[in-house]
Amino acid sequence: MTKDVYNFAYLDEDTKRMIRRAILKAVAIPGYQVPFASREMPMPYGWGTGGVQVTAACLVPEDRLKVIDQGADDTTNAVSIRRFFQRTSGVATTERTTEATVIQTRHRIPEEPLSEEQILVFQVPIPEPLRFLEPRETETRRMHELEDYGLMHVKLYEDIARHGTIATSYAYPVKVEGRYVMDPSPIPKFDNPKLSGNPALLLFGAGREQRIYAVPPYSDVVSLDFEDHPFVASKTDHACAICGATGSYLDEVITDDLGGRVFVCSDTDYCRGRTEQEIGAVEAAE
Amino acid sequence: MTAGAARQREDVSAATQRRMVHPLLSVRGLEKRYGTRIGCSGIGFDLWPGEVLGIVGESGSGKSTLLACLAGHLRPDGGQVIFDTRDGPRDVLGLTEAERRRLMRTDWAFVHQNPRDGLRMGVSAGGNVGERLMAVGARHYGSIRGQALDWLARVEIAPDRIDDRPGAFSGGMQQRLQIARNLVTGPRLVFMDEPTGGLDVSVQARLLDLLRGLVRQMGLSAVIVTHDLAVVRLLADRLMVMQGGRVVEQGLTDQVLDDPQHGYTQLLVSSVLQV
Repeated sequence: MTKDVYNFAYLDEDTKRMIRRAILKAVAIPGYQVPFASREMPMPYGWGTGGVQVTAACLVPEDRLKVIDQGADDTTNAVSIRRFFQRTSGVATTERTTEATVIQTRHRIPEEPLSEEQILVFQVPIPEPLRFLEPRETETRRMHELEDYGLMHVKLYEDIARHGTIATSYAYPVKVEGRYVMDPSPIPKFDNPKLSGNPALLLFGAGREQRIYAVPPYSDVVSLDFEDHPFVASKTDHACAICGATGSYLDEVITDDLGGRVFVCSDTDYCRGRTEQEIGAVEAAE
Repeated sequence: MTAGAARQREDVSAATQRRMVHPLLSVRGLEKRYGTRIGCSGIGFDLWPGEVLGIVGESGSGKSTLLACLAGHLRPDGGQVIFDTRDGPRDVLGLTEAERRRLMRTDWAFVHQNPRDGLRMGVSAGGNVGERLMAVGARHYGSIRGQALDWLARVEIAPDRIDDRPGAFSGGMQQRLQIARNLVTGPRLVFMDEPTGGLDVSVQARLLDLLRGLVRQMGLSAVIVTHDLAVVRLLADRLMVMQGGRVVEQGLTDQVLDDPQHGYTQLLVSSVLQV
């Protein structure tokens, strides 16, 4: 198939306009979940249908797209979405964080700091941070409206009561610009500090739940916590087995059935960049 | 006596006087209709600080409708409900939703008949008690937990049950937990809808004892809806008897129960089963 068969970036222009309007509204009200008429996409729900629609609405032919899944460029979800946009829009793709203009991500923020020229698109399964505490949509909307967020701390209280510490390690709730409490999608809480004051535009798309929300550049994003149990951006206390990085988020990889395991960077591009730099330094020294 | 002390005493008595002149809750001409049917109509009363008002009547007499209107769960069709807030008397029906919610978790409390309606069943006992504190801005885990423990002790729940969910509690314990959860922010007015309904007699007695102690000790005002005359005899200072959505008789509890004037009240009092 060629790109002539599809409209640029798969969606028709009216749909893209509708999504762009939702995005503009989301940027105008940081952290607020804007409803939009999510379309059926040629992939199952849970595979990033929301993120794909937001990416499609943002892409222009000059863009350079990067897609990651849990930080990796070479996993199924990342490969299939990247090929999807290669075929339907023909935009250039890359695996380098610094070269990309649009990055679609599932559950990670790249280690490399982002710039003002970049857009980061998150795939969101459940956009409502209060959902597991309050099942009624009418009620959660009202709670957002009235800034009635005491319940969010009840969840954190339960964590401490049960585990002695705030055990929520991903999808850690944040407050954006002192107003809306937001689910940052299931990124590890290690990534939460990167949400605040980020120069890039952060967009969140939930396809099944039909919501788009945003954190505009340089927004103030605070992770909720207690005075005597402050927020900690935790990670595994190891170094990467490949590049030796100690400050990056690590994946645990099981190597055999005898309990052998190693920890490697979850951000594959970051890890490869560090390894190449090291090789370069060694070669230069020789 | 120094001039300062004298002025202080005057201030104190002025404050007491002000408190005595203003009823805590003042209801005028309250009316709620369901289509052409009357929910309740022409209700008017004053509730003074520290006073407990009982509302009795048969089922369908409009007592729960009245309570729901007072507590802001239902929107009445007419009338005024004036509450003496910390910033002076306000008509509760004219409050914004945000103000009403704030009132509901600071100065007001609502004890449901079924504790499952008033508790979060998926959250531990401590979390249930702490929710109101966190909703009004408490952000120190240690002090929230300390207050939760204190309140569990006051409603006679063992401290080692603090991390259990309400589902693991007996009906009486759930009801006591609901009371603790409601009283933790030190409300001034408590609405209770059949607080002892669905409990067996010995548990009822304990709960009533506890309620009476808390109400007297904290100087709470309360509106208690019930069909159990024994409950109002024990708890209420004043009694309102309702029938068909209207108040047919009101007065001091003992006076109404010992010397009922209205035919319906006489029927009600004489229907009490004697053991």
